[in-house]
Amino acid sequence: MTTDEKITPSQNGLSSIIKQTFDLVLIPFLAVVTALIIGGFIIVVTDAAVYTAFGEGGIGGGLAAIWTSVSVAYGSMFSGSLGSARDISESLVASTPYIFAGLAVAVGFRGGMFNIGVEGQLLLAVMASVYVGSNFSLPWIIHLPLTILAGMVAGAAWAALAGYLKAKTGAHEVINTIMMNYIVYLFSDWALNGFLCRTPCSSPVSPPVLESAFLPQFFYRLHFGFFLALIVAFAVWWLLFKTTIGFEIRTVGTNPNAARYGGIQTTKVMVLTMAISGALAGLAGASELLGVNRVLAAGFSSGYGFDAIALALLGRSHPLGVVLAALLFGTLRSGATRMQSLANIPTDIISIIQALVIVFIAAPAIIRWIYRIKAKGAEEGGGVMVQGWGS
Amino acid sequence: MPPVLELRGITKQFPGVLANDNVNLTLEKGEVHALLGENGAGKTTLMNILYGLYKPTKGEIYINGKRAEISGPTDAIRQGIGMVHQHFMLIPVLTVTENVMLGEESIHNGIFLDRKVAAKRIEEISKKYRLEVDPHAYVRDLPVGIQQRVEIIKVLYRQATILILDEPTAVLTPQEVDELFNIMKLLTSQGVSIIFITHKLKEILAVSDRISVIRRGQTVGTAKPTESTEQSLAELMVGRPVELVVQKKKAQPTQPVLLVKNLVIKNDRDRIAVEDVSFEISGGEVLGVAGVQGNGQTELVEAITGLRHAESGSIKIDGQESANKTPRQITEIGVSHVPEDRQRDGLVLSFPIKDNFILNTYYNTFANGIIIDEKKVNETAIKWVEKFDVRTPSIETPAGSLSGGNQQKVIVAREFSRPLKLLIASQPTRGVDVGSIEYIHARIIQKRDEGAAILVVSTELDEVRALSDRIAVMFDGKIVAIVPADQVTKEQLGLLMAGVPKEEVLGVFPQGKTKKGEKL
Amino acid sequence: METTVSVLQEKRNVKMGIFFLAVSLAIVIFFALNTPVGLTTTFGLNPGAATNAPPLPDLTLPTMGTLWVLAFLAAFTGGWQLARGFKNLNVVLLFVVLLFVFAFMTWAARGKSMNLLGVISASLLRATPIAFGALSGILCERAGVINIAIEGMMLSGAMVSVLVASLFRNYDALNPTTGQPLFPDWFANIGRTLDMYNLSSAVPWYLLLGLLSGLIVGGLLAAFHAWLSIEFKVNQIISGTVINIFSMGITAFLSQRFLQPIQPLNSGGVFTALPIPILSSIPIIGPLLFENRFIVYVLFILVIAIHVMLFYTRWGLRTIAVGEHPKAADTLGVNVYRMRYINVILGGMIAGVGGAYFTIGSVGRFDENMTAGKGFIGLAAMIFGKWTPLGAFGSSLIFGFADALQQKLQIFASQVPIPSEFLLMAPYIITMVVLAGVIGRANPPAADGVPYEKD
Repeated sequence: MTTDEKITPSQNGLSSIIKQTFDLVLIPFLAVVTALIIGGFIIVVTDAAVYTAFGEGGIGGGLAAIWTSVSVAYGSMFSGSLGSARDISESLVASTPYIFAGLAVAVGFRGGMFNIGVEGQLLLAVMASVYVGSNFSLPWIIHLPLTILAGMVAGAAWAALAGYLKAKTGAHEVINTIMMNYIVYLFSDWALNGFLCRTPCSSPVSPPVLESAFLPQFFYRLHFGFFLALIVAFAVWWLLFKTTIGFEIRTVGTNPNAARYGGIQTTKVMVLTMAISGALAGLAGASELLGVNRVLAAGFSSGYGFDAIALALLGRSHPLGVVLAALLFGTLRSGATRMQSLANIPTDIISIIQALVIVFIAAPAIIRWIYRIKAKGAEEGGGVMVQGWGS
Repeated sequence: MPPVLELRGITKQFPGVLANDNVNLTLEKGEVHALLGENGAGKTTLMNILYGLYKPTKGEIYINGKRAEISGPTDAIRQGIGMVHQHFMLIPVLTVTENVMLGEESIHNGIFLDRKVAAKRIEEISKKYRLEVDPHAYVRDLPVGIQQRVEIIKVLYRQATILILDEPTAVLTPQEVDELFNIMKLLTSQGVSIIFITHKLKEILAVSDRISVIRRGQTVGTAKPTESTEQSLAELMVGRPVELVVQKKKAQPTQPVLLVKNLVIKNDRDRIAVEDVSFEISGGEVLGVAGVQGNGQTELVEAITGLRHAESGSIKIDGQESANKTPRQITEIGVSHVPEDRQRDGLVLSFPIKDNFILNTYYNTFANGIIIDEKKVNETAIKWVEKFDVRTPSIETPAGSLSGGNQQKVIVAREFSRPLKLLIASQPTRGVDVGSIEYIHARIIQKRDEGAAILVVSTELDEVRALSDRIAVMFDGKIVAIVPADQVTKEQLGLLMAGVPKEEVLGVFPQGKTKKGEKL
Repeated sequence: METTVSVLQEKRNVKMGIFFLAVSLAIVIFFALNTPVGLTTTFGLNPGAATNAPPLPDLTLPTMGTLWVLAFLAAFTGGWQLARGFKNLNVVLLFVVLLFVFAFMTWAARGKSMNLLGVISASLLRATPIAFGALSGILCERAGVINIAIEGMMLSGAMVSVLVASLFRNYDALNPTTGQPLFPDWFANIGRTLDMYNLSSAVPWYLLLGLLSGLIVGGLLAAFHAWLSIEFKVNQIISGTVINIFSMGITAFLSQRFLQPIQPLNSGGVFTALPIPILSSIPIIGPLLFENRFIVYVLFILVIAIHVMLFYTRWGLRTIAVGEHPKAADTLGVNVYRMRYINVILGGMIAGVGGAYFTIGSVGRFDENMTAGKGFIGLAAMIFGKWTPLGAFGSSLIFGFADALQQKLQIFASQVPIPSEFLLMAPYIITMVVLAGVIGRANPPAADGVPYEKD
């Protein structure tokens, strides 16, 4: 029975919008801050120097060592990512695939699909792109778009298969996309030792992409893929919120019953959602290939697929949020490299921080409890409703 | 001797709803005490409180004269209370024995389940109470009637002396109902006391020793079956609240718009939910479907609107065969649908009102190609909010934060603002405040007078009577009668809804069949 | 309803018959017709390593003849299926698939010799971590909690178990730069004391401590998963993903900080083969089942124990009830949340032990991301095994076999033009096929992944 006679929020439009925005930003902000604090704690407790200092210098010396440990770590991280023009360029380079991959997961979330397969779609896309990019000699105006398109199509088709299986048989997309990731890994192992290998084939490395398919670099290593990412983010926003297709995706993702009632073909939309998501994953791979690596070797992707889940959640599945989250994580990632060389702290601290961020976003009750914030109604943004293996 | 069970002043407040209001009830040893009331009257809530599934806001429970604290099913079981829920609490993949012993398992050698001992006890209970069932059968393979026996065995296995049966006959065939009644008599003869929840009058008279009637969360009367008739009980059950009056002129029916013939529909569990239903509605008239929830109305509406597969039969809308067309095709013919469960089907709660306004027309009326015409959406939204009196701070407000009445007005605005030939309104005023009810009713009649054919489905008898020109009563998947609204009393309708044959109820009316020219 | 079921059944029966005939045809076309006349295939029936079992003579078969016989058997099965039909179709399907696999092996090793027992015993080893993962999944999902974090729990278990084992094994290690003892005296003393009471060289106590710590870490991560998904009703897939990412991060982080620079922290030793007296002397069965490492015996015991627990004890009945219909269990006084907590934590512990297999069960050393998706394959084995311990163990063996076979085939690479990667894909493809409902429907517990909310 639904007789919720809730009082509608305040009548004043502007102040309520400001309030809403604040609520929308507050939890993610606190989530990131808290994760960084815990990350700092992990850095400290795993730092042998801190223990030595406590042993030799007592409490005072120990506290000083803690401060040194954390400040050197985070100091080198931030100087390494934002300290010079070159560092800023590297941060933006690192953010580029994150934007695409985060958008891929976000679009899936919006359409009620949990795409854990970004990693595999991305790799397959890179293979398609490297094939087109290195085998055909064409003028750049054709070659570059064609190479990018090859990646998008490969990613889209691979993801759409999972969407199709879900729509037709109810097979859960989470398990299927995980399985499909491994199929792609193996396929790429084989391809890199076979038809995708450079001649003579001495190690599993593809031939380089021809210059006509390069995404040109212009600010140190920053390439046009970054702008492409921003344009695509805008396009995704436009598609999701300004078009009938986006309306259908969001409706199916939020309330499939109402979608059916409204005459939307839910199965078609599921496949389409996955296809778009896969195409974005493909773009992540293609831009990284054509803008940075320009060659495909084993270990091309360093876990973009999983990072992307964190990005989509942190960005609340909104393209603008995803872009901001990607910039943040790109900065952290690229700073972490410097942190590793200066403070000798493994870059994997970023994964830990990412995991913590997801925890706090997914269970905001923890953050609210820590900071004593009162709950304010429903605040899940672009929530996913995957439950069970379906059937 | 104190009664085996006494409920004193039970009150249960849900957010926004007073489900039970100071309810008192006593149960004597060995009696069948029937709890009668319409859907949503608060019967199930009361029993869930007794079984420890809900915590009462106020009130006390006494068992054998002693105050009992029941904070969970475990307490209830310990006090000898057993409940057969309306929706069976059985696990299909387990056997009868396993289902029965769950929570009170027989164990041998310390940790192992002793299925033999349990099965033997089940067989004993089967024999004693004539509840024949194979303890080794899997529940998923059993017909519903037998599943119910398993539920009763589950309760007896725990040596319950107080048995609650929540709408036990809803899913049974007439023969199974008779068997159940025999079992109930046997049980009471052996000292078990039974609370029997139902809204079917005939059954109550057949089996109960005492009757309490609940209406809107309150006990409104107690009666003895020997001193009651179906009429008197129906009166008690539906009560005589302020009659809803809808200002309307006499209908001017034109051409038939909806023609349903021999329609057969299955429900989600693959059982026949609508059996061989035929009727028609002309432009300019309202056909109301009255009936207790779960008698096939939902499936009927879903099939007409394209949301459910029709097994056989024909649905003609405006001359076009529409059975098993897609919802969109049917909408495009000129059909509007106010769905039964607005939050499940009718709205996307997290979307702003303006997006909910365009849920089924976003692709044509409100789009140029694939681009949604936001200017038009906004203008229309502002216009509709005004015109349909939707109380909202802005058109950007999520539908979920509106009150029930205003949510329904959003749907009404959307569905009534298209050129429409057929309007299907399912429970159009459920959970809606009085002001909105009047408003929505007036709109429906306005559409009728503009020439649309209208199908109103409601479990609220007053609503059906107030709106309809003709009333079809559904019972057990069939339309048992179609009668002119101004020639039938509420009590007669109540009897029809309860499954009393129409010859008995109506007497004076020759037939309820629809034939051309018979309409009034 | 019944009619539709039987029609579907009939369609499936015909399809299966045709499939069996196709298998027969494939054996003929791909293998028999591709075999030169006169070759023989030799199958070794003795394990590669030393064994208590008496040696058996090799099995030498004429390649071509064997292939034709196998093809005939498949064709006969197909014909019988079309004409009469089998009752237990899945068993027959397994039989035909085995025919095909055996035909493939006979053909692949044509003119050469293949150690059959070696392949099977390697399959068991490769199946072990998968089976641990699958058992872990069964415990969680039977109680209604999806656990895709098995991978992460395994990874963490792998690292912690080798770390703890190394600490207690290398208690007297010296700091290579200073030459001073690496660990304080009191710790080294504990190590020495325990050293004196060692049980067996195949099962040293420091490895048992390692195993125990893997178990604890898996349990802790699982407790976190349970807490997030039961207490906060966090989407269980997100919660699982969190634990996976966290585990990948923390293990790599700690590994780079400590395990790689300080070798005494990353050399825990391994369980060695522990032959069981008498039983290990039985030919074939002995070397396969009773000459294994301690951790493999743990798996055997777990498979049987969980099977018995799940289907024959109160705990199992309640677990199934909670995973199928929590409300029904609740109305009978079963504490749904408690059952879920217990099961998820137990599942995590099993995953932790499975993780220990990667380090102290096989190589004695931790490498970053060394589980390489075995946890996910474990989930696949669980689904393929229809959420039963025996089924999941069988599926793990099939997946392990695919893995062992591809390795073995590398010897015959010159005459088998099938890339090993494609054989390795088998588990994933099989899982997708099963999920899509092609080989019967895999029905998960009804309430799997659905948070239980009391009113």
